[in-house]
Amino acid sequence: MNFSPTRIKAILRNELRDYRRNRFIVYTMSLLPLIFIAAPIAQLFTLNVAIIGSKFNNRIGVSLLDMLILPAIIPSILAAYSVIGEREQGTLEPILTTPIRAEEFLIAKALAVFIPTIVVSYFIFGIFLGAVAVFAHPIVAATIFERNHILTQLVFTPLISGWSIWTGIAISTYISDVRAAQQLTVLASLPPLVIVILMNFNIIAPSLSLALGLAVVLFLIDTMAWRFVTTLFNRERLITGKH
Amino acid sequence: MVEDLTKSFGERVAYKDVSFEVGYGEVFGFLGPNGAGKTTTVRTLSTLIKPTSGQATIAGITLGSDSDLLIRERIAIMPESPGLYSRLTVSENLECFAGLYELKDVKNRIDKVLKSVNLADRKNDLCGSLSKGLRQRVALARALLSDPEILFLDEPTSGLDPVATRDVHDLLMALRERGVTIFLTTHRLEEAEKLCHRVAILNTTLKLIGSPAELREQLFSRNLEIKTGSQIIEPERIFTDISGIQSWEQSVSGSYIVNVSDPDVVAPWIVRALVGAGIDVLAIGETRHSLEDVYLELINEDVEAKQR
Ligand SMILES: Nc1ncnc2c1ncn2[C@@H]1O[C@H](COP(=O)(O)OP(=O)(O)O)[C@@H](O)[C@H]1O
Ligand SMILES: [Mg+2]
Repeated sequence: MNFSPTRIKAILRNELRDYRRNRFIVYTMSLLPLIFIAAPIAQLFTLNVAIIGSKFNNRIGVSLLDMLILPAIIPSILAAYSVIGEREQGTLEPILTTPIRAEEFLIAKALAVFIPTIVVSYFIFGIFLGAVAVFAHPIVAATIFERNHILTQLVFTPLISGWSIWTGIAISTYISDVRAAQQLTVLASLPPLVIVILMNFNIIAPSLSLALGLAVVLFLIDTMAWRFVTTLFNRERLITGKH
Repeated sequence: MVEDLTKSFGERVAYKDVSFEVGYGEVFGFLGPNGAGKTTTVRTLSTLIKPTSGQATIAGITLGSDSDLLIRERIAIMPESPGLYSRLTVSENLECFAGLYELKDVKNRIDKVLKSVNLADRKNDLCGSLSKGLRQRVALARALLSDPEILFLDEPTSGLDPVATRDVHDLLMALRERGVTIFLTTHRLEEAEKLCHRVAILNTTLKLIGSPAELREQLFSRNLEIKTGSQIIEPERIFTDISGIQSWEQSVSGSYIVNVSDPDVVAPWIVRALVGAGIDVLAIGETRHSLEDVYLELINEDVEAKQR
């Protein structure tokens, strides 16, 4: 199979332009992260360093978890919109009569969600780290800056968003109501978060090798999800809107 | 070329046993009322939906999942609703499609097609800000971008005001002159009559195919209307004596409507016969059937058939 980068690029650029000019998406993408950065920072600042052991770790864990909810939620908003939005504007019909393959179309759609998600998530995580370094208690800062924690965040951010993206796209090819698709996607994007919860709360010992192992598993799942969604992709159903 | 194509959605039949052939460079019209199956046919032929049964060859390639991609490279479609990204500009919309067809020299091509639909000056307008007529023209430009071998147009003027409709007609006439192969659907007779080389009348099944003139002749023989200075005393005798007259009747206004095979031959005979019988012929002329009569006749037959 020969993929056409030109076609993928065409859809991707189109999509990013469209997002940038969609007021709903711009507002959501700028407000949502604010909520998810305000809460953990507030938590850490009020964290009493005198409490010890597991409780202390739990609080840190919660804050870091907040950072990973973002890459799960942003895709559910964008991805749910990406297929349904096309269908509503009637753009799907002309697009699907061009020589684009289902795989190309879907990977372009996924990238269009992935890129803003990663940019926003990493950016917010950077701000979070900066705030911690400057303002938080040194013991809190030292814990956050542990190598494992940072690595977990960096590796899991794209993997979790990958999962959300594919479930979001899969759901939106079946459901024609944007709101419902978004809500379903949020639900469906939670399972991978559970793993991270377990690690952040030290229930699963967060060793480097475990994190990498899980990352590989998630990566495989993401790749399979792409294949799977491709087989679900059915021009007729998308066009006629019947199930 | 299409053979016995049928598509049903579950129990509901969208169209049935449709067969026809469209020649290279031909403008072929698919005429039918709402719900006749026009859009579904276009979607089937443009590889979007699969036929329930039957076969079709499009641009030389047989319809079927393996070859759909090849067909898509050779066709372009202008759907019923223009389907433009409203938050993107006219040229951004076209740019995306140029990429999907992997076209070279994109800027020039876009300028060229926009010029051909008289939209060169609206290049940087957001599509959402355009009127319906202009959007339809952008959609046409987009369909022309890849120089398709077959252009599918689904009701290109539905919902347009008369001026916008005429603009689109002019553009399509220009394409017809250039020899572009066009498959066009419409529920408007005068549109099919004006634009198409041949027309097929569809109402779930195909009713008739032919040039607009052929369709008229096929269904109706032609009529002569004769106004006389006085009542014909024995019309029976006069009219039955002339060969080529199939039937006749007197209209409410008092003139005679005579059904003939060839008016050019029969009209002089009628005049001679009437004058010979001492009757003044005030006027004689052919009353033309428009395609509308043909069309309504066919559609009505269907309605009656359904009521039975
Ligand atoms: N997705 C669908 N599911 C079920 N029936 C459909 C669907 N699309 C069209 N139809 C039916 O098929 C028939 C033909 O529709 P359509 O092709 O849209 O007609 P037209 O374009 O000539 O107005 C109609 O009776 C319509 O109700
Ligand atoms: Mg239609």
